Amino acid sequence: MELIFFFIMAVLSVLSALTVVFAKSPVHSVLSLIVTFFLLSGQYVLLNAQFVAIVNLIVYAGAIMVLFLFVLMLLNLKDETEPQKSNLVRLSVTISAGMLLLTLIGSVRGAIAIPPSPAQSATVGLVENLGKILFSDFVVPFEVASILFIAAMVGAVLIGKRNKETDSEPLTTF
Amino acid sequence: MPLYLIIEKSVLVLFLFAVTMGVAAYSTWAERKIAAFLQDRLGPNRAGVFGLLQPLADGVKMFMKEEFIPSNAEKLLFIAGPGLFMFTALMTGAVIPWGPNLQIADLNIGILYVLGFVSVGVYGIMIGGWASNNKYSLFGAIRASSQMISYELAMGLVVIAIIMLTGSLDLKAIAEQQKGFNWNIIYQPFGFLIYCITALAECNRAPFDLPECETELIGGFHTEYSSMKLGFYLFAEYINMFISAAVIATLYLGGYNMPGLDYSAMNPIVGNAIAFVVLFTKTLLGVFVFIWVRWTLPRFRYDQLMHLGWKILIPLAILNMLLTGAGVLIFG
Repeated sequence: MELIFFFIMAVLSVLSALTVVFAKSPVHSVLSLIVTFFLLSGQYVLLNAQFVAIVNLIVYAGAIMVLFLFVLMLLNLKDETEPQKSNLVRLSVTISAGMLLLTLIGSVRGAIAIPPSPAQSATVGLVENLGKILFSDFVVPFEVASILFIAAMVGAVLIGKRNKETDSEPLTTF
Repeated sequence: MPLYLIIEKSVLVLFLFAVTMGVAAYSTWAERKIAAFLQDRLGPNRAGVFGLLQPLADGVKMFMKEEFIPSNAEKLLFIAGPGLFMFTALMTGAVIPWGPNLQIADLNIGILYVLGFVSVGVYGIMIGGWASNNKYSLFGAIRASSQMISYELAMGLVVIAIIMLTGSLDLKAIAEQQKGFNWNIIYQPFGFLIYCITALAECNRAPFDLPECETELIGGFHTEYSSMKLGFYLFAEYINMFISAAVIATLYLGGYNMPGLDYSAMNPIVGNAIAFVVLFTKTLLGVFVFIWVRWTLPRFRYDQLMHLGWKILIPLAILNMLLTGAGVLIFG
């Protein structure tokens, strides 16, 4: 039963991930990326990681992708207005992306397969267990990550802040 | 999964679906009746006694109207928009405990599931508004998304205070802990107030109905919609209202508990039936308050809405969280 669900979702997520790359319209790309996130959340549920699944939905599908879609809708990109890339640029982008792929494959090939953890019980991904591990074994990386987030937030506020001397009134209404 | 469980859950899903649809249909009638009362009018009174058949007449009208899709619209997304909005509105109801054993899915992350579907709910509006290829629809969609993102934050922060108080993300456990008159509203009055305000904003109800503000945007995100596709958008709003009133009742108003009622001492069938009636009454009272607010308060201006969300509600919610944390540390 779980295996069937896994394969259905795996095939669908690969398909929707390919749609992200190949879709002509950027809005369609973003929408298929949202579908991919949903399918990945389904995989997390199959792995008993319910908390990670729902946080993935709330943060990525619910907040970050809404912002992506928001910006794309505001820009309202159309085929006529979008600048067309020359063939030289396309060729160089293809080659460099291919080289990145090769590097990634090479690094993964040399890695050792990590054996599945013995504690693969149904409760491994519950909030209680995750919280206990985060605040005992991984407390330093966890706190460092939160400081990083605060620094990023302060930076974003600083960039977004209006310079009183040079800028005019901000646009507050839609 | 054993067969009896599948049958039991299917019956429950169908029953709650029918109840949600019925309540949503009669909320439209209640909305018009209450509005009429507040404005000293009569309201619908032609179809049936007290106009009780009005929702039926409205539904038939919606189905009979001409189906129109603008020629420059993205056809697939234009059709998907209302369906998606309806889907996300209905999905949220799956985790609400209507009685000690009357719950479709007892998830241990129930409240996060609700928040997740609330935040995904904006896609129906955004996709529909964008696919219409109309400036007013696009403005409505953009307003809806920025409004929902802003108010989600305050909503999540007050829910954290509830989680700290009860020590569980499970809606059933949260409801169980409020047995008798041990309701969360006593410990979290400010949280309750902030949650209600954000719930109004998340449902796009007045005074936060800027995405469909007719004085500025014609019809907002559903300007180009007609027939039952428009009906879906309007109907899903009432479903959202019903479900969020049920969530408010579960989080703050004791869920299915009432002082003097002990369900563990009762026959399971009778107990569940009484529990359902209790939560249903609380939910209907919540829906009434939603309607009452709509016909009492004027609409916010857009910058006032953003100011309220980011500069007042979020700091207050963080303060509420801090105070709750201190309280749990000292008295807990």
